[in-house]
Amino acid sequence: MSATADVPARTTPARRRSGSWDGLILLVLALLAWQGMHLYVGEAALASPVKTLTFLAGFLRGPVFWGHFAATLAAFGWALLIGAVGGIVIGLVLGERRFAGDVAEPILAGLYAIPKVTLYPMILLIFGLGMSAKVAFGVIHGIIPIILFTMGAVKTISPVLLRAARAMRLTRRQTALEVLVPAVLPEILTGLRIGFSLTFLGVLIGEMFASQRGLGFLIVNGINLHNVPMTTGMILVIVLFALAANGLLLWLHRRFGGPSATPEHA
Amino acid sequence: MTALVQRARMDDTLAEAVGPPPVVSLRAVTRVYPGVKPVEALAPTDLDLNPGEFFSVVGPSGCGKSTLLDVLSGLGRPTSGTVTFNGQAVDGVVPEGVGIVFQEDASFPWLTVRDNVAFGLKHSTVPADESQRRVDHALRFMGLADFAGAYPAQLSGGMRQRVCIARTLVTRPSLILLDEPFGALDQQTRLLMGDELLRLWRETGATILLITHALDEAAMLSDRVGVMSARPGRFIDMVETGWPRERDSSIVSDPRFGEITARLWSRLRAESLRAMGAQGPGGGR
Ligand SMILES: Nc1ncnc2c1ncn2[C@@H]1O[C@H](COP(=O)(O)OP(=O)(O)O)[C@@H](O)[C@H]1O
Ligand SMILES: [Mg+2]
Repeated sequence: MSATADVPARTTPARRRSGSWDGLILLVLALLAWQGMHLYVGEAALASPVKTLTFLAGFLRGPVFWGHFAATLAAFGWALLIGAVGGIVIGLVLGERRFAGDVAEPILAGLYAIPKVTLYPMILLIFGLGMSAKVAFGVIHGIIPIILFTMGAVKTISPVLLRAARAMRLTRRQTALEVLVPAVLPEILTGLRIGFSLTFLGVLIGEMFASQRGLGFLIVNGINLHNVPMTTGMILVIVLFALAANGLLLWLHRRFGGPSATPEHA
Repeated sequence: MTALVQRARMDDTLAEAVGPPPVVSLRAVTRVYPGVKPVEALAPTDLDLNPGEFFSVVGPSGCGKSTLLDVLSGLGRPTSGTVTFNGQAVDGVVPEGVGIVFQEDASFPWLTVRDNVAFGLKHSTVPADESQRRVDHALRFMGLADFAGAYPAQLSGGMRQRVCIARTLVTRPSLILLDEPFGALDQQTRLLMGDELLRLWRETGATILLITHALDEAAMLSDRVGVMSARPGRFIDMVETGWPRERDSSIVSDPRFGEITARLWSRLRAESLRAMGAQGPGGGR
């Protein structure tokens, strides 16, 4: 806690401008790398940017793609909803009950470390092929970091904020909603961002191994049918979707994590 | 007519003899922090705060000053003894009319300065327009009007502490408790904040209890200074300053200021040495 930190917390316009230049340069570099990679590994493994984009232009106009896209989106949406709500609630409870939290933390960290793919056969036996297995697989990937971040945030909340709440005679409910939640929100958003990408990963893996629907299925299908532009194109769609989603979450973080997310936590 | 005047005079003398009832009374209050090795933080302590007085507490660090504030405010329960506020027993809940400013920055980082200050009245029964008025006034009074839209992270430590004071002020507390609120500030800023505190005290008519480790601050601001012993804390001296109600930091040039500070220091010297000895000089290692 520094006493005299007059920190200008916002990004300056100049920095934002140079940021968009960086983005453009990055895009060009990525395309060049893609093309270079394509030349190196050959047509049979990776389609060229031009060919992929041409394929996508046609494929996205047809009805097939959107059906699969919707399937992935639905599975992802459910998995994220369950993971986020479940993760935040469990994290809040474990963070508040110090003892339970102390017991649960190493267990969760251990679970987080094991490759979840090893659980896949079990998930399939429980849920069978299809939507629920995909959702379950997304949830087990995403929920643990959300729990861990939420719990960590609650445990490390500055005690003086809670004392201030008592000094202002807030009820338990008011304290939870108006002090605890906003105080931990920036860290929860960080947990959500990580949970988000892991949930997405889980859903896609689920689709690749045991599903007839979704973008993950299309990738594997492309491989089986030697349709390289299809595989490459789906990977591109997934990358763009993930980037867009991450951008949205970053924006949310800046918007609602607020300036509190910047200097004290940085 | 004359009888009436006489009667009134008699009431006055009577009131003077008995004195107005204290705002806060502590009777044989102790506080022991339980644990494997229990910490006796507060030795049996008696204390009365008179209505409208500016009372300061000085003492070596770790002697139990914050603990005293805890049990006095209702944030914590005494291990034994009783605390009353305006004649009512205080028991683990902060009574209405008590405002607390903490040593650490307790401003809410997710709210703007204005919203932080308004938070103090969020759950009160004060009507919206009145509450608006009070917030505006508190912002202006604490010199925060130009920063109403800023977030605490954009302010210095001193400004954030003012936000916390303003958040307390809007509730119009009759007893304001401040726990080393200017601890982190430099000397000049502290003196100026002291002036503001005096201004606030005069304007609100509130009773103030200020915990500080700065003897000059205590000597300059207070009507009365309580000197605490090393842990377990208890009062070893009460110093009446005799300052007029209209006063400010210019009294530091008054010879009496030097006398008071010297007395406080002579009382505290031995205690501070004891407190240091208990922790190991220079902290060991
Ligand atoms: N929650 C606690 N549990 C155990 N010991 C505590 C606790 N809070 C304070 N203490 C101890 O009680 C003593 C008095 O603390 P405190 O009232 O904070 O002192 P001060 O405010 O005068 O510096 C210190 O020795 C401190 O270490
Ligand atoms: Mg203290």
